[in-house]
Amino acid sequence: MLKGWSLIRAYTVLVYLFMFLPVAVVVLLSFNSAQFGSFPMEGLSFRWFVALWDNDAIVRAFRVSLLLGALTALISTTLGVLASLALVRYDFPGKTLISTALIAPILVPEVVLAVALLLFLRWLEMPKSFPLLLLGHVIFTLPFVLLVVQARLVSIRRDYEEAAMSLGAGPIQTFFEVTLPLLIPAVFAGMLFAFTISFDDITGTLFWKPGGVETVPTQIFAMLRNSISPEINALGTVMIALTVCLPLFGAAIARRMAANRGG
Amino acid sequence: MDTGERSARPWLLMSPALTAIAFLLVIPVCFIIVYSFWLRTATGADVGGIHLDNWIEVATDPFYRDILAFTLKIAFITTVLCALLGYVPAYFIAMTRMKHRTLLLILLMLPFWISYIIRTMSWINILGVSGALNSFLVSLGIVGEPLQLLYNEASVILGLVHFLLPFMILNVFVSLEGIDRNLLDASRSLGATDFQSFLEVTLPLSLPGLAAGSLLCFVLAAGTYITPIVLGGPRDAMFANLVFEAIVTQLNWPLGSVLSLVLLVVLGAVVAVYNRFVGIGQIAKSFG
Repeated sequence: MLKGWSLIRAYTVLVYLFMFLPVAVVVLLSFNSAQFGSFPMEGLSFRWFVALWDNDAIVRAFRVSLLLGALTALISTTLGVLASLALVRYDFPGKTLISTALIAPILVPEVVLAVALLLFLRWLEMPKSFPLLLLGHVIFTLPFVLLVVQARLVSIRRDYEEAAMSLGAGPIQTFFEVTLPLLIPAVFAGMLFAFTISFDDITGTLFWKPGGVETVPTQIFAMLRNSISPEINALGTVMIALTVCLPLFGAAIARRMAANRGG
Repeated sequence: MDTGERSARPWLLMSPALTAIAFLLVIPVCFIIVYSFWLRTATGADVGGIHLDNWIEVATDPFYRDILAFTLKIAFITTVLCALLGYVPAYFIAMTRMKHRTLLLILLMLPFWISYIIRTMSWINILGVSGALNSFLVSLGIVGEPLQLLYNEASVILGLVHFLLPFMILNVFVSLEGIDRNLLDASRSLGATDFQSFLEVTLPLSLPGLAAGSLLCFVLAAGTYITPIVLGGPRDAMFANLVFEAIVTQLNWPLGSVLSLVLLVVLGAVVAVYNRFVGIGQIAKSFG
C-alpha cells in the first residue's frame, strides 16, 4: 500500500513539473543577459524589461488589453449577476433551455463564434472596431461569470432576503443591502475571471481586431512569427506576474473585507 | 404584489444577457447557415440564394476530409493523454492528508491564469534548436547536433496536452472529492483490498468527472487555432486554421461558413452524446 502511494505521489510531482517547468523557463530566460535568449545563460539582467518599456507597440498593446479587459469585466459581470438572480431566485417556463443557451458560448468553438459575429457585422455593413472586440469578449466571458455567480448565489440563504422584505424593504433595496454584500466575493471572482479570460484571449481577438490594433497576446503572436526572443520571454513574464498576482491580490482583499465585516 | 409583476421580473433581470446572447450568438450563427448557401464568384462578389456548391466542395474534396480527420485524431490523442496524465494527480490531491494539499490545489488553478499563448510558446524555449533540452543533450555529448523536436505533430499534441491537462485534473478532482468516504470504508470492511475498492467504488464514481474533463479537452483541442501555428509545421494545419484561412485570408465567406458549420456540427454531436449519457451540469460543478 505505502509503496503504491509513494508511486502516486511521485507521479503527481512529475505531472506538476510538466505543467510548470516550461513556464519557469520563460521567466528564467527573460532575465538572461545574452543577445539571443537561449541556453546557456550568460548572466542576469533587466535589459529586456527595459526594452519592453521602450517598445511603443508593446506599451500600446498593453493599454488596449487593459482597457478591453476592464470593460469586458464590468459589462460581463453586470449582465451575469442580473441573469444569475433570475435563474437562481425565480421559476419560469423554459428555464433549462435558457440556462443552457447562456452557457452555450463555452461549448461553441471559439473560431465558430468569431466567424459568426464577424459575418453578422459584415451583413450590417459595420467595419471591425474596438466595440466589436469588446462585445465578442463579453459574449465568451459571460458563461464563466454566470457559473461563478450562480454557484455562490445558490449558497446564500433566501431567509435573509425574505427577512428584509418582511421588514418592508423593496426588492431593489433588498438586493443592494442584503444580497449584493453577500454576493460580493463572487462578483469580484466573476470580474477577475472575465478580465483574465479577456486579457489572455487570442483566437477571437485575431478575427475581430481592427487593423493596426493589437492586444498583448496578438502582439506576442506577431512577434513569434520571427522567432522567439528574450523580449518575448520578458513580455511573457510580465503577463504571468500580472495575471497571477491579480487573483492573489483579489483574494487578499476579499479576506480583508470579510474580516472587517466580522469585526 | 400581483403575480403578473412577479413573473415579469426574472425576464427583466435576464433581458440584458439574453439580448447579448441573441444578437452576438444565436442570430450570428443563423447568419452562418444562410451564408453557407451563398456563392462566391471569381470576381470576389457574394451571390445570395441557395447554392449547394460550397457544401458539395467540402463534402467531396478529400483535402477537407483529411484535415477534419487529422483534427479529430489530434483531439482524441490529446484527450487520452490528458486522462492518463491527469487522473493520478487528481486522485492524489483528493485523497492525500498532507498539509500542502491547499498549495497543490492553488497551483492547479494557476495555469488557468497564465496566458495560453505564453504557455504554448514556452515549449519553444524547451524544445527549440537552442532550447533547454537540446543544450542539455549537446552539453552532455548525448547528441552531436541539436535535434529537430519542434514543428511536428508530436509537438502540437504536447502543447495541447500542456494547455488542457489542468481542465482534466480539476474535473476529475471535483468528482473524486464528492465521493462519500464511508463507501470506501464500507468496501474495506467487507474485505476488499485497496485496489479492489478503487476499481469497484472509486473509479466508477469518478467517471462523470473523467467524462466532463474529456469532453472539455476534446472540444477545446478540436477547435484549436493557435497551437498548430506556433508549435506545428506546415503540414499540421487543423480545422480552425482552414476556417481562418478561408475567412480572413481568402475572404471567401461562404466557404468559411460551411467549414465553421462542419466544425460546429461535429463538435455539437460530441457534446450531444455526452449530454445524453452524463449531462452538461457536470461541467458546472468545477466552478462551485
